[in-house]
Amino acid sequence: MLSLERRANPSQFWLWFTPVLAVILTMVAGGLLFALLGSNPFTVIRTIFWDPLAGTNASYFRAQLFIKAAPLILIAVGLAMGFRAGIWNIGAEGQYIMGAIIGASVGLAFFPTENRLIFPLMVAAGAFGGWAWAMIPAILKTKFNTNEILVSLMLVYVAQAILAKASFSFLRNPDGMGFPGSRNFSTYPAARNLDLIERSGFHWGAVAALGVAVAAYVLLTRHGIGFRIRLAGQAPRAARFHGVSPTRLVIFCLGFAGALAGLAGIFEASGPSGQITENFATGYGFTAIIVAFLGRLNPLGIIFAGLLMALTYVGGSLAESRLNLPAASIQVFQGMLLFFLLGVDMLTNYRIRYGAARVKGAGA
Amino acid sequence: MIVGGLDIAILLASLMVGAVPILLAALGETVVERSGVLNLGVEGMMIIGAVTGFIAAVTLENAVAGFIAGALCGAAFSLIFAALTQVFQANQVATGLALTLFGIGVSSLAGQGYNGIKPPVTGAVPLGLLRDIPFLGPMLFRHDWVVYFSLFMVFATWFVLNRTRAGLIIRAVGENHEAAHALGYKVNRIRLLCILFGGAMAGMGGAYVSLVRVPQWTDNMTNGVGWIALAIVVFASWRPGRVLFGAWLFGGLMVLGPNLQAAGYAIPVEYLSMAPYVITIIVLVIMSSGRGRSLGAPASLGQNFHASR
Repeated sequence: MLSLERRANPSQFWLWFTPVLAVILTMVAGGLLFALLGSNPFTVIRTIFWDPLAGTNASYFRAQLFIKAAPLILIAVGLAMGFRAGIWNIGAEGQYIMGAIIGASVGLAFFPTENRLIFPLMVAAGAFGGWAWAMIPAILKTKFNTNEILVSLMLVYVAQAILAKASFSFLRNPDGMGFPGSRNFSTYPAARNLDLIERSGFHWGAVAALGVAVAAYVLLTRHGIGFRIRLAGQAPRAARFHGVSPTRLVIFCLGFAGALAGLAGIFEASGPSGQITENFATGYGFTAIIVAFLGRLNPLGIIFAGLLMALTYVGGSLAESRLNLPAASIQVFQGMLLFFLLGVDMLTNYRIRYGAARVKGAGA
Repeated sequence: MIVGGLDIAILLASLMVGAVPILLAALGETVVERSGVLNLGVEGMMIIGAVTGFIAAVTLENAVAGFIAGALCGAAFSLIFAALTQVFQANQVATGLALTLFGIGVSSLAGQGYNGIKPPVTGAVPLGLLRDIPFLGPMLFRHDWVVYFSLFMVFATWFVLNRTRAGLIIRAVGENHEAAHALGYKVNRIRLLCILFGGAMAGMGGAYVSLVRVPQWTDNMTNGVGWIALAIVVFASWRPGRVLFGAWLFGGLMVLGPNLQAAGYAIPVEYLSMAPYVITIIVLVIMSSGRGRSLGAPASLGQNFHASR
């Protein structure tokens, strides 16, 4: 009979090995799924995980990799801070949308002025938009004790309705012959989020993602705020005795995550997407939750997790076009990854014993 | 009776129908949360119920079979959550979210090829003369069996939770799992059963969306109803009777928009589509404010239990 015994301290080995194990298990289970769907599992797994990196046209796919990874990393770093403190912001998708709308509105307000300051201003406005949208659940939580999970999620649906409104009315391209969708930023050089190296996919969002991840790591491990975040998550009672203000923590964590999601939104709108349309939001805000867990809620781990998840997106669409796999199968694949991560996480905190559980300290 | 171009009896009748998915899912989640488990995967279990119920109803050409299949598959799907949280001790919030993300993916995979088909009709229960009572007839007595079943379930969950030994055990597990364990109750096993019940109810609610409310299959068709159900559980302070009230309130809001439009009021569609969510937030604020932490939430809500002795 197997039984679980709680470890006195989390295992350092399993802390870093569980994500690897989860990826392997997902490949096995995903392979079974693809086999069920009538494809050769080995071909599919190779198409998803290998072909974008080294197959034909790999340079194009590597660029796509950065394009997908940048918003995921930006959002996930912000979310991870909150998750560490036990503050569950799951409305990053809404903050991402609002960042894009506010940032794009500021940029388009100056059209067609050419000025170097317009792009930085847009970026700041985007971060502000995401921050302001995240402040709604934050303030409701601190003032009225409202559940931030539900409020932040409800606001995603509200943001989607505003996005539809923006693309059909107030941001609609006046020269667009009545088609929905904003003016395309590729026709507006001052506000364009260009690739820093031609065709590399490495735009300002990727720079910001790397910078933010490193900064967040330093904040988390070397700064008082990071200490308070970790304390509040691991030992809420101790945090209260230590004088950690829950209000400030909620405001900081939600605001930080919101601003980063807003940044991701405006970089996406002014760069890869190019415009605000009704279909602008593609679920980065939700996938970033998986990325945050895959990266063990550690900003540096999240960089790798974001790249891996981006690979499943890029490889997934490749498998979709080359092997006729349904688009939803990739979503299922990503969902499986999160399940396996959560499941094998047990190995970090528990030891598996054969026979009845021995109680630590028993008989002493 | 017609007020402002709206037939009140028809409006109330469509409110009762519109509230059914929320009501079923919220009742299930009430029991789950009373046992101390926070399952945020309601939306995922509903969409699974919606797609499997639809497929079963279309293939078997039987709507009742659809509801049964939806409930069974919802319960089976919730087993993933139960295994991860009760056996593998995974974080309940994260696992619930994963269940929702995974459910949306699985359902759109399973539902391929079922778009644009009409499911078999779930007819009204023949209630004879009652149908013809003025006002009350069209409002109360022309519904399908699921509407009456959901109302019965309100009573049944209230009765079981508050008037039976099983309910007492469920509440004990939810309030203080250590004490319940000390009394010899199998905490994780009781929670597992509650989670399965919640999954079945959410699955059936989802099947109602695809078989009656819409009725057809489209991707992601539950569109946040599961999350509203979660909000209603908080709104109702974890009490089945108030869940009914909450579900009717939100069901009313959801049917009011289309009815107002049909009556010729020009309301922009964006405002209509965001209204239920905005109002959910407002209601949550009103319910949560000024009462500190004592909302009536089960004391062990969201905490995993691992028997160390």
